[in-house]
Amino acid sequence: MTTVSRLTEVTKVHGSGASAVPALRGVSLEVAAGELVAVMGPSGSGKSTLLNLAGGLERATEGTVEVEGVAIGGLPAKKLAALRRRKVGYVFQDLNLIPSLTAAENVMLPRELDGVRTRKARQEAERALGEVGLAGAGNRFPDELSGGERQRVAIARALTGERRLLLADEPTGALDTPTGDDVLQLLRERCDAGAAVLLVTHEPRYAAWADRVVFLRDGAIADTAEPMASSR
Amino acid sequence: MLVTRLTVRIPRMHTQYMSIRHGLLALLSQGARYGYQLRTEFEASTGATWPLNIGQVYTTLSRMERDGLVAPGEQDDQGRVVYAITEQGRSELARWFSTPIAQADRPRDELVIKLAMAVIAPDVDAAAMIQAQRSATMRTLQQLTKAKRGAGVAQRLVYDSMIFQAEAEQRWLDHCESVLAAHSERPE
Repeated sequence: MTTVSRLTEVTKVHGSGASAVPALRGVSLEVAAGELVAVMGPSGSGKSTLLNLAGGLERATEGTVEVEGVAIGGLPAKKLAALRRRKVGYVFQDLNLIPSLTAAENVMLPRELDGVRTRKARQEAERALGEVGLAGAGNRFPDELSGGERQRVAIARALTGERRLLLADEPTGALDTPTGDDVLQLLRERCDAGAAVLLVTHEPRYAAWADRVVFLRDGAIADTAEPMASSR
Repeated sequence: MLVTRLTVRIPRMHTQYMSIRHGLLALLSQGARYGYQLRTEFEASTGATWPLNIGQVYTTLSRMERDGLVAPGEQDDQGRVVYAITEQGRSELARWFSTPIAQADRPRDELVIKLAMAVIAPDVDAAAMIQAQRSATMRTLQQLTKAKRGAGVAQRLVYDSMIFQAEAEQRWLDHCESVLAAHSERPE
């Protein structure tokens, strides 16, 4: 399996001197293509920091962060932004979609920003929407979609083009449990199709969809749960 | 199958004997059935979470016959007997469906007792026990979730019930951890 995201002995300290607050302390983690890894922990345990570091939204104080084999720590800002756009998709609890764009346009946006021609981006978007069970919904606006459908669009967008790393921060936050299950089922399917997903959640029922569940405590990995090898 | 391993911790559900009895009555309310049919259909609707052996089915049927809830028909030429629900059986089933099940019917939970004992024991690391339990319960949750994929709707809801129970245990463990951490920072 190809490692898509790799964190090695990563430490993140917010602030400096006397007011320095360590958010992560020597965390190592790998997510391979086809793998769904969940991160659980109480608020303040470093979950979101971990996700932001993995996607290059924040820089590590110490240690290395790689995306598809590229160490992103030393990249200049412009290159880092381009790598983020091409290789990493994000799904948040809310505020995922731009309300004035249709579902297809939302999915196309990062590709067009990357210089892909509209026609090709449109084709990719239609295919990506089909893969998340929303074929034919491309012309609808976000407020014409249900909460679960909006998350499907966000997942489609997170995986268009050559993106294989999907970072999801509480993607089920505002959803009822059957719809939350649907979102996890979809993330699972996208993993089975080759994506690598790093999921932050505080809900055990959603974490249980993962191949591995990492428990963070005070910025360090306290334990990891994975099903017995025979059942995988 | 995977699921048989799950019976280790989770299915500490409400008085199991009673639920088998009423489960069989519910199936019989849809028409008369042979014992082996009841077993197959019971398992099909609850998933492999409650493997029933055929002996349990016949024992339950004969007790229900004694109590007037079911009536056996004639033996066929292969010696098989069809069972039908009686009027009394129907009203018992209706009572069951319309009566909530009391939480207090559950047996004592070994984990709760173990944790309480760990907290008062001088040489046991309760936090380590909580973390080990949390990982074990998460593994169970992962297996239940895996089994749930592709299940029919009745089975899925049975798995969901176990998932919610395991999740409640996870939340309770998190809660214990926070309470114990706060307590050790400012002991009474």
